[in-house]
Amino acid sequence: MKRHLRPGLAAIIMFACILGNRTLEADPVLHVLVQLPLLGVCGALLAPRREWCWAQGGFAPLLAALFGIAFWMLPRSIDGAVTFPVMTAAKFLSVPLIGMLLAIGWRQAHALLRGFLKAQTVSMAGFMAFLFTHSPVRLCNNYLIDDQWRLGFGFLFLAIGLAMVWTIPLLFNARPRASPRTRAEPMTHVQSGVPA
Amino acid sequence: MQALLASLLVVVAGGGLLWQATDGGQALTAESARRLAVQRAPQPVSPFALETMSGASAAIPDARGKVALVEFIYTTCPTLCQSAGADMFRLGNRVREAGLADRVTLMSVSFDPEFDTVERMQSYGERHDADGALWTIARPRPDVLPQILSDFGVIAIPDRMGGYTHNVAVHVVTADGRLAAIHDTGDFEGIIAAARKALR
Repeated sequence: MKRHLRPGLAAIIMFACILGNRTLEADPVLHVLVQLPLLGVCGALLAPRREWCWAQGGFAPLLAALFGIAFWMLPRSIDGAVTFPVMTAAKFLSVPLIGMLLAIGWRQAHALLRGFLKAQTVSMAGFMAFLFTHSPVRLCNNYLIDDQWRLGFGFLFLAIGLAMVWTIPLLFNARPRASPRTRAEPMTHVQSGVPA
Repeated sequence: MQALLASLLVVVAGGGLLWQATDGGQALTAESARRLAVQRAPQPVSPFALETMSGASAAIPDARGKVALVEFIYTTCPTLCQSAGADMFRLGNRVREAGLADRVTLMSVSFDPEFDTVERMQSYGERHDADGALWTIARPRPDVLPQILSDFGVIAIPDRMGGYTHNVAVHVVTADGRLAAIHDTGDFEGIIAAARKALR
């Protein structure tokens, strides 16, 4: 995508998320699996394209993003975003920042680290799927138990979808790509399916 | 080196954030958070008047200096409120057994006061053997309802079948108007202990 279009696209997404907030947050599937990722994309589109010393290897920005994601994975935070205006504001500020940190970190992360994070993402989505479909109690005071159950299935489809998107290309790209940087390492085949 | 320092800083800050956000790992949901918050520090609730199922007036906090055990219901609730009603009946018996009947009052407060008329409250009370003395059903004025729900942390949402889904619990309110504890409706021991503590 042309770089100069990115800020405009980010603005449109942000605007749509704010404008549609009432509708989106009324349904946990739209709230958690549509609005939050869109806000993340928003930040990623605005991520500056440069490399910092502090972000070397991607560790610091990715860790920061992971803590942010962990915060927004708490049912309490999602409930708060619906109930308290302060938390709603925090959502619109922090989730784009998380997306931006992910983009900055991802660019500088080694292929092995990327693979590790992808595997973690799939297993965490699977865990959330299990949690929301099996919890005997409502985890959010703002959502019905049926909605919680639907969200669980949303996470299940997400886990399956991501696993497929991330592994199927490997089937058609099975030979390790020999690059000078990775030739010496025994597990370089991990790199082959990863778009740089 | 810079990257390592930055990463360590992020871990410390992130760990602190999550620690704060979960009250030290103790509350992952809004429901457990509100229970933990009042347990740590009783929170004042705005006083409000009620009309009971017998048409009499009542108030929270209780004007006679009793500790109020308050639950929130709507009388046409097909599921949770009915089992909560059965729990309130049993709680009433436990309160009598504990010898607290003259110092404690049980109140089922409707959060649907426009629909829950005195007659409807009466029929709900009869269905659950509410005696009207120790335990009564009551409704607030509709205009003060949002403040009450916000003070107590109760959230009622339409369930798409004409009813509501809501968080169900017994709220212990001291005579001086502080919300001192929140327990599951079936946690009789916990409620009685909290009532005793509130009486001290």
